[in-house]
Amino acid sequence: MNQGIETLPVWVSLPVTALLVLGSLIVLIGALGLVRLPNFYQRIHGPAITITLGTGCILIASMIYFTALQSRLVIHELLITAFVFLTAPVVAMLIMRTAVYRDLRAAKRDREPESDETYPCPRKK
Amino acid sequence: MSRWFPSPPLSVALLVMWLLLNQSLAPGHLLLGALLAVVVPLWAKPLRPMAAVRFKKPIVMARLLGMALVEIVRSCFNVSRIILFTRPDGLNSQFIRVPLDLKHPHGLALLSCLINSTPGTVWVEILPDSHDLALHVFDLHDEAWWIDTIKTRYEQPLIEIFE
Repeated sequence: MNQGIETLPVWVSLPVTALLVLGSLIVLIGALGLVRLPNFYQRIHGPAITITLGTGCILIASMIYFTALQSRLVIHELLITAFVFLTAPVVAMLIMRTAVYRDLRAAKRDREPESDETYPCPRKK
Repeated sequence: MSRWFPSPPLSVALLVMWLLLNQSLAPGHLLLGALLAVVVPLWAKPLRPMAAVRFKKPIVMARLLGMALVEIVRSCFNVSRIILFTRPDGLNSQFIRVPLDLKHPHGLALLSCLINSTPGTVWVEILPDSHDLALHVFDLHDEAWWIDTIKTRYEQPLIEIFE
């Protein structure tokens, strides 16, 4: 396995490197969003880009790299894509709903929802 | 047929998953995979509240998934740009309501997966009293545009597929 990357032709290592750099940048930006954004409802959108494009780029890079290195089709990364697509949205929805109901319960003590609002939260700070 | 294969797509998916996991087409793995493909759907059948839908209109489905993929990549870059370059307090993060006509639970499940996979939107719930979808949008500019996009580009094909 380690007689590795230097034996690969340039036309393989270039897209692999590009995808890895792009994927890592996206993951970094997602994490940055988690740090920078001020409230919960905004922070939930940061990791979403990590999950989709971040993992996507890295998995495609992995498929190309190992296919070229082992001279056979390596595509079991597709399974990771499928499992992520099945699980991540459910988690996002559950976390979102938890937050909404927590704030609803808190808001009920303060005031009634106004008619044009979907939820009486989040209150403007 | 339906007694032994309550859901053929699920059986095929399980077989493919097994072969991919083992990265092999050896007869032994084919046999094990086939065993899984028969046994697991039978065990899982009591857990599924609804019978599986016939897989119809694969072209509409493929076009929907392709469009969703493009949309996911596009909104990834949008969200990245916002995180990097916009001041957080200038963001207009809002809940919006989208009135839905789609009633089929499987269709709704797929719709929620597609919407939640798209960065910048999170599905909250379907409001029980009005069958409206409550949706959280990361940076809202035009509410009507969002409602229109979801209804025409996502919901229409899903209604076509599932109803």
